[in-house]
Amino acid sequence: MLTAILIMTGIALVLGAVLGFASIKFKVEGDPLVDQIDAILPQTQCGQCGFPGCRPYATAIAGGEAEINQCPPGGEEGIRKLADLLGREFKPLSEEHGVEKPKAVAVIDEETCIGCTLCIQACPVDAIVGAAKQMHTIIAADCTGCELCLAPCPVDCISMEPIAETVDTWKWRYPVFTIKQAA
Amino acid sequence: MLRKLFNFHGGVKPATHKEESTLSPIAPVPLPDRLVIPLHQSVGGHPRPLVQPGDRVFKGQRIGAADGSLSSAVHASTSGLVRDVVPAVMPHTSGLTTLSVIIEPDGDDRWGELERVNFRSTPPDELRDFLRDAGIVGLGGAVFPSHLKLKPGKEGALQTLVINGAECEPFITCDDMLMRERAGDMLKGIIAMRHMLQAREVLIGIEDNKPQAIAAVQAAIAASGETGIEAVAIPTRYPAGGAKQLIRVLTGIEVPHGRRSTDFGVQCFNVGTAYSIFEALERGRPLISRIVTVAGNVDAPRNYEVLIGTPMDHVVRLAGARAGTDRYIMGGPMMGARMPAFDVPVVKATNCILVGSPALFPPPPPEMPCIRCGECAKACPADLAPFEMYWHSRAKNFGKAQEYHLFDCIECGCCSFVCPSHIPLVDYFRFSKSEIWAREREKEAADTARDRFEFKNFRQEREKQEKAEKLAAKAAATREKVGADGSAAGAAAASSGTAPAKPSGDDAKRALIEAAMEKARQQKAQVQPKNTDAATPAVQAEIAAIEARRQVSATHPTDAPPDRPPSSGA
Repeated sequence: MLTAILIMTGIALVLGAVLGFASIKFKVEGDPLVDQIDAILPQTQCGQCGFPGCRPYATAIAGGEAEINQCPPGGEEGIRKLADLLGREFKPLSEEHGVEKPKAVAVIDEETCIGCTLCIQACPVDAIVGAAKQMHTIIAADCTGCELCLAPCPVDCISMEPIAETVDTWKWRYPVFTIKQAA
Repeated sequence: MLRKLFNFHGGVKPATHKEESTLSPIAPVPLPDRLVIPLHQSVGGHPRPLVQPGDRVFKGQRIGAADGSLSSAVHASTSGLVRDVVPAVMPHTSGLTTLSVIIEPDGDDRWGELERVNFRSTPPDELRDFLRDAGIVGLGGAVFPSHLKLKPGKEGALQTLVINGAECEPFITCDDMLMRERAGDMLKGIIAMRHMLQAREVLIGIEDNKPQAIAAVQAAIAASGETGIEAVAIPTRYPAGGAKQLIRVLTGIEVPHGRRSTDFGVQCFNVGTAYSIFEALERGRPLISRIVTVAGNVDAPRNYEVLIGTPMDHVVRLAGARAGTDRYIMGGPMMGARMPAFDVPVVKATNCILVGSPALFPPPPPEMPCIRCGECAKACPADLAPFEMYWHSRAKNFGKAQEYHLFDCIECGCCSFVCPSHIPLVDYFRFSKSEIWAREREKEAADTARDRFEFKNFRQEREKQEKAEKLAAKAAATREKVGADGSAAGAAAASSGTAPAKPSGDDAKRALIEAAMEKARQQKAQVQPKNTDAATPAVQAEIAAIEARRQVSATHPTDAPPDRPPSSGA
């Protein structure tokens, strides 16, 4: 009886020590699930989901505080990917957070710009260059189309222009056949 | 000695239709009214325009400069006036536009100054730059800038230089006619390439349905007296002209997934490229024209020497398009692309203008379900399983399609050709490929955006911290100063023996506030208006009078005099 208790206690202690050691040795910094969700999000940092950026939204999804259908730039495909990753049911995009739009870049009307720097401060990815009382301009290649610069502009000189298709971005269409009624 | 040839997997034998266009020699094309020369004609960057509307250009003048190393220059095909530099419809299935130089020929066809180069005495780097600026690109259809391929491999010397004269696509005969008529000049280009690559042997692969071309090239080799160059007849089987397939047939080397043929000491060029390299080096002429087969629904199929930028319908008119023509196809029936308009320009990639009609190329029968017969896998020259890739492409399951090596597909069309269910397999593969590329671009953009966002947050945090540190440092400095004053006062008090030497926290704070107020008082005193100092006595007197009046009205507001017109000043 006593030997059995001692053996069991001994085993428990050894296994406990192994587990304790493993939890220190193989500690994972950060939450890998957040990284996986963040990788799916489109990184526009637009805040339409109600969180200040893509990573906070990813953290909220991982923590179960947010739904997966709050990201309009990610669109339906993004929601499907999130549903796949998290094993949740697909939901259509929540309307209160916005609608899916074609990709666009902001364009500053350089005639109207007064150089107030408000848009520069609003841009989450530093894609606007300019200085106080100097004309500002957008680095189109880095603009994510988040529209965060539209609201602060006091003279409404920023507009969104959809990105035109070029030969480099042109895509072959999905093969579709029109079915004709046989005579 | 008969060379041992190898075999590649799969392939098909479509009707060749090559005889019709080889009956007459290569013909010149009269100058059109207008040349539209797209600046982006080769793989790689978009060349920047070097001319402006209104400029006069010579034949062979550079009008587009190579954009980075993966790019090639573009030249004026004839002398004339630059009418415009605008986006124009390009010969591409999409029907999109690209920046083009529109030249109105003056009819003189006058060459500019031509610079010849001796390839034996010029350093290889200079030679490559020369070829880049001469606009030499692969004329087999891929239009890859040739100067990038003319580098010896890592080991220094190349074992085999393969010259591709197979020309396996039906209808196309431009390489055939080039070899028949210009074998000697082409061979000079090959010798230059061999010199640049330090290749031990040269194999010119020609399909055995071109006996005249083989004879002409063999005669040219014999006449040149060069050793180690051999024209090899290979069995006619589509796609024997694919680079990997030709290398396999001639050398037995199978280039594996993700590797390049140069890793195995083999490099491959088209015969047309060899000829244009000869033109560039020995005649100083950049690539401004190429041989184009006009075939299909025309009265007289033939090969023409066409200036780059000539509208396709201008060339087709010479061959006489028949009634019922409803489309032009650039390239052959297997891999060619339907043109969005009849007047798109001939570019460096245009080896054939195939004139189509519903009678010649009837619309494909309706797509039936895949029955997994495996015919496509048997026909695939790249050893792929097209039916698997088809399933996943159809389901838009791109990751899976890629697992089946979608990107090794050369889009030769053998699988669609043999499919008993008439499934346009290549269309699905092209769709999948472009979707995957688009996703990769998006992924890259998202990663950049994430980095920039994180850096902005980091920068803002850093700025906040720096500001706080600065403030803290300033406060500490002030406190020290006041503390020093306070301790001096304390010392004085201690010497008189009344107060403790150490000031309490409250005292220090009060001292700080007093110091700040004193500073503010001093600043206020300094900010008095000073523009009255240098005023004349009369003005001083008036100021004094006004001040006195203001004092009076301030103390007795009701006694203030009624509004008066403002004084006109001193």
